[in-house]
Amino acid sequence: MKNLVYTMTQLSRGVLGVVLGLMLAIPVSAENLTVYTAVEAEDLKRYAAEFNKDHPDIKIRWVRDSTGIVTAKLLAEKNNPRADIIWGLAATSLMLLQSEGMLQPYAPKGLGKLDSKFRDSANPPSWTGMDAWIAAVCVNTVEAKKNNLPTPTSWMDLTDPVYKGHLVMPNPNSSGTGFLDVSSWLQIYGERGGWQFMDNLHKNIAWYTHSGSKPCKQAARGETPIGISFAFRGAKSKAAGAPLEIVLPKEGVGWDMEATAIVKGTKKLAAAQTLADWSITKKANVLYNKGYAVVAYPGVAKPVKYFPAGILEAMIDNDFEFAAVNRKRILAQWQKRYDGKSEAK
Amino acid sequence: MSTADSIPASTVPARGASSVRIKLSRDDYALRTGLVVVISLLAILVVLPLYSLLSKSLEDMDGNFVGLQNFQEYFQTPALLTSITNSLSVAFFSAIIVLVLAFIYAYALTRTKMPFRLFFRGVALIPILAPSLLAAISLIYWFGTQGVLKSWLFGASIYGPIGVIMASCFWVFPHALMILITALSTADARLYEAAEALRTPKWRIFWTVTLPGAKYGILSTGFIVFTLVITDFGVPKVIGGNFNVLATDVYKQVVGQQNFEMGAVVSLVLLLPAVAAFIADRWVQSKQVALLSARAVPFQPKSEPLRDWLLFGFCATIAFIFLAMLGMAAYASFVTFWPYNLTLSLNNYDFDLMDGGGWEAYFNSIRMAIYCAVFGSGLIFFGSYLVEKARGVSWLRTILHLIAMMPLAIPGLVLGIAYIFFFNHPDNPLGFLYGTMGILVISTIVHFYTVSHLTSLTALKQLDPEFETVSLSLKTPVWRTFGKVTLPVCLPALLDVASYLFLNAMTTVAAVVFLYSPETMLASIAVLNMDDAGDIAPAAAMALMIVYTSAIFRLLHALLTRYLKRRTQVWRTR
Amino acid sequence: MPESKQNFLRIDNLTKHFGEFVAVQELSLEINDGEFICFLGPSGCGKTTLLRAIAGLDPQSSGSITQAGKDISNLPPSQRDFGIVFQSYALFPNLTVFQNVAYGLENQKIPKPEIRKQVNDLLELVGMPEQTGKYPAQLSGGQQQRVALARALATSPGLLLLDEPLSALDARVRATLRLEIRSLHERLGVTTILVTHDQEEALSMADRIVVMNEGRIEQVGTPEEIYSAPASPFVADFIGVMNFLQGEVTNSGKVLIGENTLDCETANIPEGSKVRVTVRPEDILCSADDKNAANSFSVKVESVEFLGSFCRLILSGPDGFGELMTDLSTQQVHELNVTPETTFTAVFPARSLKVFPESL
Repeated sequence: MKNLVYTMTQLSRGVLGVVLGLMLAIPVSAENLTVYTAVEAEDLKRYAAEFNKDHPDIKIRWVRDSTGIVTAKLLAEKNNPRADIIWGLAATSLMLLQSEGMLQPYAPKGLGKLDSKFRDSANPPSWTGMDAWIAAVCVNTVEAKKNNLPTPTSWMDLTDPVYKGHLVMPNPNSSGTGFLDVSSWLQIYGERGGWQFMDNLHKNIAWYTHSGSKPCKQAARGETPIGISFAFRGAKSKAAGAPLEIVLPKEGVGWDMEATAIVKGTKKLAAAQTLADWSITKKANVLYNKGYAVVAYPGVAKPVKYFPAGILEAMIDNDFEFAAVNRKRILAQWQKRYDGKSEAK
Repeated sequence: MSTADSIPASTVPARGASSVRIKLSRDDYALRTGLVVVISLLAILVVLPLYSLLSKSLEDMDGNFVGLQNFQEYFQTPALLTSITNSLSVAFFSAIIVLVLAFIYAYALTRTKMPFRLFFRGVALIPILAPSLLAAISLIYWFGTQGVLKSWLFGASIYGPIGVIMASCFWVFPHALMILITALSTADARLYEAAEALRTPKWRIFWTVTLPGAKYGILSTGFIVFTLVITDFGVPKVIGGNFNVLATDVYKQVVGQQNFEMGAVVSLVLLLPAVAAFIADRWVQSKQVALLSARAVPFQPKSEPLRDWLLFGFCATIAFIFLAMLGMAAYASFVTFWPYNLTLSLNNYDFDLMDGGGWEAYFNSIRMAIYCAVFGSGLIFFGSYLVEKARGVSWLRTILHLIAMMPLAIPGLVLGIAYIFFFNHPDNPLGFLYGTMGILVISTIVHFYTVSHLTSLTALKQLDPEFETVSLSLKTPVWRTFGKVTLPVCLPALLDVASYLFLNAMTTVAAVVFLYSPETMLASIAVLNMDDAGDIAPAAAMALMIVYTSAIFRLLHALLTRYLKRRTQVWRTR
Repeated sequence: MPESKQNFLRIDNLTKHFGEFVAVQELSLEINDGEFICFLGPSGCGKTTLLRAIAGLDPQSSGSITQAGKDISNLPPSQRDFGIVFQSYALFPNLTVFQNVAYGLENQKIPKPEIRKQVNDLLELVGMPEQTGKYPAQLSGGQQQRVALARALATSPGLLLLDEPLSALDARVRATLRLEIRSLHERLGVTTILVTHDQEEALSMADRIVVMNEGRIEQVGTPEEIYSAPASPFVADFIGVMNFLQGEVTNSGKVLIGENTLDCETANIPEGSKVRVTVRPEDILCSADDKNAANSFSVKVESVEFLGSFCRLILSGPDGFGELMTDLSTQQVHELNVTPETTFTAVFPARSLKVFPESL
């Protein structure tokens, strides 16, 4: 009983104090690097583990969310940045941050070995690329058959009323995959044609998801017959046993780069630079290859099982400048037109 | 003639003039200091965050004051307005459905001799052990595109209002049931005897005695269900499809678009129905006190085979549905790849390979729940002790009680957002709490403060108010009486509060979804995030881990309470 | 120690109000050392408020309290010297009888064996020597109140406050405990204040009774004084049963009731004043004849209520007398052959009549 009384007295002296004590119990090591990322969670542990093999003194605190959200978060924290470095965010997003003056230009060691497409052209570059991910359509063959759906071969096919209620795609406001789809359609069909295509597509969409991989995962589970997602996700689900066919529409597919950039104003610049250096090593690119078919370091990429053939040819000639500059306008426009159908988030 | 009139004016000190100043004893100082400390603590944790929420809603993105411009903008966005009607209608229908079902269920449990009453009671409480998301996930397996019983929906989609209402009904059912059981078990047998003596037909007794007797319980249930549904965010997030509601709008604005100002506006809109329901419920409760104060003879149900078996059928159906909901989620969590590979495996429990924080999230949840139970019940009990027992300074006690009542009217989402604004403000010296386990613990304790406060207050009120007086006359310091008498007598109530906080900390999503950080990922959030990434089977698996943990904890709590009751039976029985 | 035996506790001009409501009004009172005082009055008369002010639980709004020569008006309860017993017993439910009684002693750094001895002595004193290990819930109401009494006495307080201690008990236990508390008081000699609304309790236990009404003292006196010489119509009515007659003083010593005149002591009440004349039921003399005695009137029996050893008669007197109550022994009822509608003569002896001006 005495103990209880003691506890109560402690509490009365200041519960806060006790709670503070708890906070302090969390170990604070010398180099805690806050890393913002949109990379798939299942890959993150591997990234950190491999990185720590070379640099055990730097502990990575991941903040992971969808591309759109990480971007919005970084923008929202513009005046009070919490991230030290961004490792794995769409290049279009980084270009936007760059134009807001939020990135710290840095040329990582070994920059010259990268494919020149995979870096900011400025010197020193504000961001360096890691890999590319490419849009694709996941079609569940079992469900498509059940619903008598023909396998689409082009984006235009998807506007056929036969697909009404059978399509799922990511919301570009939160998902990077969603945004690269929208920006590619605007590039393929032009500004007017692109929106008109989306107006028609919208009629067929069952729901918009928050994450870019969810449409493909839902297609894999048969929750929807067709999910607009990205190719690598489809390959993985197919490998897991899903009856999927990964379709590359013949008009060409959008793609984006994932890239690394140091946040301006970080108090841990040295550690951030160490990570940036490591992020473009061959070793790192081998890692990226487990999650992405196309990586920045030439000659590293190995074929991925079930990855659709001919995908490099199908990639559109992406105008990153266009995508980055118009990002905000496109998203606002999209939201105004279609957001009613968006899944929560 | 009133007494006051007969007194010469000069002898009556001005009204409100205080009494002769009695020197404060050390106890008085201690208790008053306690009051001030707890009030300031709650003011910091409840009032100030709400204030920053309010002021944020009146600012633009750069922090300039813009008056009601955000509200204007909000009310001119048709999509957002749709959410209001969606929220209201879903909450309304859920309230009606749950009210009818839970009333019949509670009636069968309290007013009949139906067999297996204890079993039915236990089954109906299952949803309390699970996050609200579990119901939605399970419904997807039953009625989704690949659902086992998809055809039962006649082509309608489970993604939308149907799913939201069904899942909501499931998870709020036990909350409704508990209030209704209380309302129905306080019947006065004499009324029924009188009615029977007058040869009143059964149905008329029901309409004229049973229903009016439970009237306030029914109203109260309606309000509580309405509030729970309208402020819940997990269910519409998982199964809402394109069906937007206020709660998901808040999330979409804040997390999805990082538009904090608009998030503040929507959460204030969400606060309105919650506060209205809170006030209505308080009003109803105050009525109920008057109703129950009469001394009643407890009602003893008689057996009536036809009625009892009909109700048995009803309860069995509901219980079956509940078990089916839980069972389906449990089964699906073991299925390797639904619906194409139905072999059972533990793959989905390999959380470390999934989006959502892995097993660490699960252990974080347990840690947080324990902190909430320990520190929360301590703080709350101490606070209610001060409200009940501090001598003099009744205005301070009233303030503390009022602040303690506030969290009941604040939806978790709103609290979470208010905490972002308050704790993430660059000038806040408490900013270091942001992103830590501490803020999760604090927000959860605050979120569930009121019910716990009322529970311990009720326990304290059952003590003889003269214990403290006697101790004073025996020159015993207040803490000694607290430790030797108050605490031991109230221990079961304290355990109830701790258990309530633990269970809620395990299952809550609402406030913490805005406040977790990568290190402090929680199991309930992991469920949400895994579903978000399309990993519905692992989401189900994690939700079940929460259920198992809660169930084990509940069991431990029951055993401990029984042990305590047995040990103290000598002096508890009257 | 009290400086003078004459006033152990002095209350001066004490007033207590709760908002607009005045619970105790400019009340002054002196209580002697070793005295057994009862605060008697209807509920809401301020008696409990006064007791709680003395204990320092609800401080007075103004006025002062002196105990044993020391001004305690500003002292917190824990620094005053009193023991208290409540109607609800307020025994700690989770502590045994022994632990309850020892509760106040354990705080005083008294060695354990000494405590044990004191507790056992106290329990013996209140007649519960064998029950030390029981919990309150295992005791009857009367037993619990004895324990509460022992607990209050354990710290040897200078003042014992009893707040309606017998009200929750049934009639038989109440009667026994009355006697026991009284004899306990005689043995210990501790100054005791008993708050009660039960006049029988007050009459049988107190050395002096303080009759209170609407926050004021109506009368202070020994039980006999209070009963036989009530100072006001309120006291007259509140203590025992009383008949009231409305009238007017015609001459000194004469009061006109309706059309009849009563001889009685009118003291200084001026002629022409409206007055109330009081007479106790047992003081009305009934006889078959005696029509010529002073203050004798013909009365008619309206009803007879049998109450065991005596009967209560409701009578209607001459005009202006209204209904009267009188008590006759069962034997007398037979002698007078009383049944409803009987008439006989009732005598109102002048020495039993008390006259109060209407304004009081």
